[in-house]
Amino acid sequence: MSTDAQTTLALRGRDIRKTFRRATGEIINALDGVSLDVAHGTLTALVGPDGAGKTTLIRLATGLIFADAGELTVLGVDVAADPQQVQDRISYMPQKFGLYEDLSVQENLDLYADLHGVTHEERRERYPRLMEMTALGPFTGRLAGRLSGGMKQKLGLACTLVRSPELLLLDEPTVGVDPLSRRELWDIILRLVNDQELSVILSTSYLDEAERCGHVIVLHEGKMLAHGAPAEVSALAAGRTFLADPPMGKLARALQAQLLDDPGIVDAVPEGGRVRFVGNENVQDEGKKMKIEAAEPRFEDGFMVLLHKSAQGAKEKRSREGIEKERPGSLSLALPGSWSPGVQEEAVVQVRDLVRRFGVFMAVDHVSFEVRRGEIFGLLGPNGAGKTTTFRMLCGLLPATSGTLRVAGVDLRYARASARQRIGYVAQKFSLYGQLTVAENLNFFASAYNLRGLRKRDRMSWALEQFELGPLADLPSGQLPGGYKQRLAMAAALLHEPETLFLDEPTSGVDPLARRDFWRRITALAEQGVTVIVTTHFMEEAEYCDRVVIMDAGRVLAQGTPAEVRRRAYGEGEREPTMEDAFIAIVEEAREQNSDQALGPGQPGRDPYTVEEEREQNDGQPAGRGAA
Amino acid sequence: MAGAASKGHPFFAKGRRLWALVRKESRQVVRDPSSIAIGIVLPVVLILLFGYGLSLDVKNVPVAVVLEDPAPEATELAASFQLSPYFDAALLTSMVRAQQQMLARKVDAILRIRPDFTRHLALGDAEVQLLVHGTDANHARIIQVYAQGAIGQWAARRAAEGKEALRGPVTVQNRVWFNEANESRYFLVPGVIVLIMTLIGAFLTSLVVAREWERGTMEAMFVTPVRPDEILLGKTIPYFVLGMIGLALCLLAAKFLFHVPFRGSALVLIGSSMLYLLVALAMGLLISSALKSQFVASQVALLVTFLPAVMLSGFLFDLRSMPAAVRVITYIVPARYYVTLLQTVFLAGDIWAVIVPNAAVLTGMASLFFVLTRRATQKKLA
Repeated sequence: MSTDAQTTLALRGRDIRKTFRRATGEIINALDGVSLDVAHGTLTALVGPDGAGKTTLIRLATGLIFADAGELTVLGVDVAADPQQVQDRISYMPQKFGLYEDLSVQENLDLYADLHGVTHEERRERYPRLMEMTALGPFTGRLAGRLSGGMKQKLGLACTLVRSPELLLLDEPTVGVDPLSRRELWDIILRLVNDQELSVILSTSYLDEAERCGHVIVLHEGKMLAHGAPAEVSALAAGRTFLADPPMGKLARALQAQLLDDPGIVDAVPEGGRVRFVGNENVQDEGKKMKIEAAEPRFEDGFMVLLHKSAQGAKEKRSREGIEKERPGSLSLALPGSWSPGVQEEAVVQVRDLVRRFGVFMAVDHVSFEVRRGEIFGLLGPNGAGKTTTFRMLCGLLPATSGTLRVAGVDLRYARASARQRIGYVAQKFSLYGQLTVAENLNFFASAYNLRGLRKRDRMSWALEQFELGPLADLPSGQLPGGYKQRLAMAAALLHEPETLFLDEPTSGVDPLARRDFWRRITALAEQGVTVIVTTHFMEEAEYCDRVVIMDAGRVLAQGTPAEVRRRAYGEGEREPTMEDAFIAIVEEAREQNSDQALGPGQPGRDPYTVEEEREQNDGQPAGRGAA
Repeated sequence: MAGAASKGHPFFAKGRRLWALVRKESRQVVRDPSSIAIGIVLPVVLILLFGYGLSLDVKNVPVAVVLEDPAPEATELAASFQLSPYFDAALLTSMVRAQQQMLARKVDAILRIRPDFTRHLALGDAEVQLLVHGTDANHARIIQVYAQGAIGQWAARRAAEGKEALRGPVTVQNRVWFNEANESRYFLVPGVIVLIMTLIGAFLTSLVVAREWERGTMEAMFVTPVRPDEILLGKTIPYFVLGMIGLALCLLAAKFLFHVPFRGSALVLIGSSMLYLLVALAMGLLISSALKSQFVASQVALLVTFLPAVMLSGFLFDLRSMPAAVRVITYIVPARYYVTLLQTVFLAGDIWAVIVPNAAVLTGMASLFFVLTRRATQKKLA
């Protein structure tokens, strides 16, 4: 049935369409006529914002869902007609990576090897290689549930590789993983493709990852915007990408915000103390206004050009239909009352020798830092670094073992309640009531913060307006799209006009567009004098911060402005490092020193990976129970 | 385990995959404290609770005997209350004290033997006054019957001693078939078996498929050579074994702890238990596959399997005394047939006229639910 041309393709799709119906009855075009070819032996990335159709496309290829129209052949087999044959030959790692948390690392591997019919001889040959690649060797007896996020992801990948699949499908393999683990995972994937000519299709919302792939497919709202080598996408921004220096005394993020609001600018992000921006075709006149320098376009720049074009098309269509809504535009979050603009010398948060012990385990080990009023302060670190624990202590949710902790001038040891009135906290997970509507959620949180009468009404309408939630006020918040949920969480945390806002990994799993929107709001808040303390996995986001702290294993490794931290990692004169390079260098250096000093080689006494999970599972119990 | 040499033959490949799934599921059962709690701890707790604690028998009823007549006949009557295992009798001489104790609910009944009791006894119209605390009507009725029984025994003893037969209080002969001692544990312990089989079969399994959906393991599992029937069997077998362990615990307790009489054959008992366990497993798996959420599935499982097994199976409440409409509903409750089988096998014996139709219904139900579950287990995301 299949012709030669088809069998040389790993995947071939023609005019694929798939719609879903939301609980509200709204129909969503997950895939709207997508045609694509993926050759054997290539690494292909599906990129696009949330709701682009990446997961839908991958699931169609696995034969777990079926298209409404169009044809899709995988490895020369019509998936809809014979899904089992495809499932016998491919491997797939879903977003939740499909591990059994109550089975050990070895038992998970054995299970998938048994299901795939891998013989014992093959296992003897393959297991050592998998262990070497994933560095899971010392942990084979550990329950998968007790591994860190990054290690789970590596185990998930190893389970798909118990035999050589003809096609490997990975759905967002690096989401929520810290930069170190992310790099390790990519090393494995690249090795597989290079050494074994494995065909891999993966989806990602990290645009720097797409750049490493041989082939990219850009999806947006169910349509394919581009299909080709990453360089082809980058080339779309050629001649239009520049680096601009902020004027003296002005922050890069202020310039970035100003540029983003300019209709002639497609995209702008802070980078290394400067601002990288992509202009329209006729961008040249921007040069007259400020000092700019042409830059080599990256994939992200080309991607933003593509999305911008597509958004403009949609905008024209929408304005014809009369439901136009401009993007944030000029965001001058009008904040009444106690907020006064600008960074001031006064320290809002003072942390000195902060220690938090769980049994014998030091989650936070003599941490000291200060945050000044109106600053954006970043807390960076790999999984298990102690960021969340520090955060909880700062918010008065967890008592410190020792050390001093002053928030908004109040010692948290004595006056937690009054400190809480002055802070807003947005937790890592969406922690609003899914069944309540947007307005009901705001109403509830306003009451919880003791707002009444006119003030309450004022603040609620402020929140609905500033976060553009007005049209969605009557929608149950559980049904909001990802980016809006996050806006609502922020709105709720700002109702009582806190002086300090704490955000715990607010952008984890959020697509590039929503992340820009989010930071646009954060910088606007900071301009109004709100102090913002934020943790993040995206190192490029550290560029938005005034100052950052890098933590690992409960200790502060580096502290300072993003530029200072970057310089710390590399000597003068070397190439300009990115924030991510700097972060990885600093953490690895510290880990090396640590293992040299305290522990002999091959003695991972303090295992940096598992601590976070273990702590969460048995709060207060001594951690470190290893192999079962 | 199938060796490497067998690779290639589809039958062996199937067997190997199934074995891998069974082993995986068993490990999860052993490691999951909630499975152990429901599968092993709960049966033990329920058996002890129903066997010792929650007896429907009325025993050691605190009763005040007010003896106002010092004659030997009256004393003898009072003594028969003191000796009765059903009463915990305290002898008093003042009615006022007795009433105080009744009001304080220190006693549940007062037996008053008036000063003229012996005189009236001679005349043949002797009366004793029985005052019963009536807040629990059922309890009160049982006390009345017991009191009559105690008086009857006293009268019978007098008659046996050659004294004149009584024309007074009526002698009541209590006799309950198949439960001569009227020991409620004789029917409660078989009932516990039904509850435990329902919990392990339906409640526990209602969680296991939904859990795989929630954790995303189902999605990963689907994209392997595994077939839907293997997934289904891989879930059924470990919980079937767990259910049989629960059954064994119950039977041992019934036999050696509570000495429940066992009149039928072990084969019929085990066979009918297997049938019911299969019905419960299939229902649990169906609920779990269809709902894909542990919370909802467990609630539904309690509602459609456990509660009917308690209320509508004839285990606690007599089916014949139910309104006709409710009685019709009980015919679709699988536990009803199992309770009938158990009570027959335990207390009456192998009565094939009862066993065959009930077992046939259970077989039909098991087949039906497994067909439905197999249909619900598709390698497809909703």
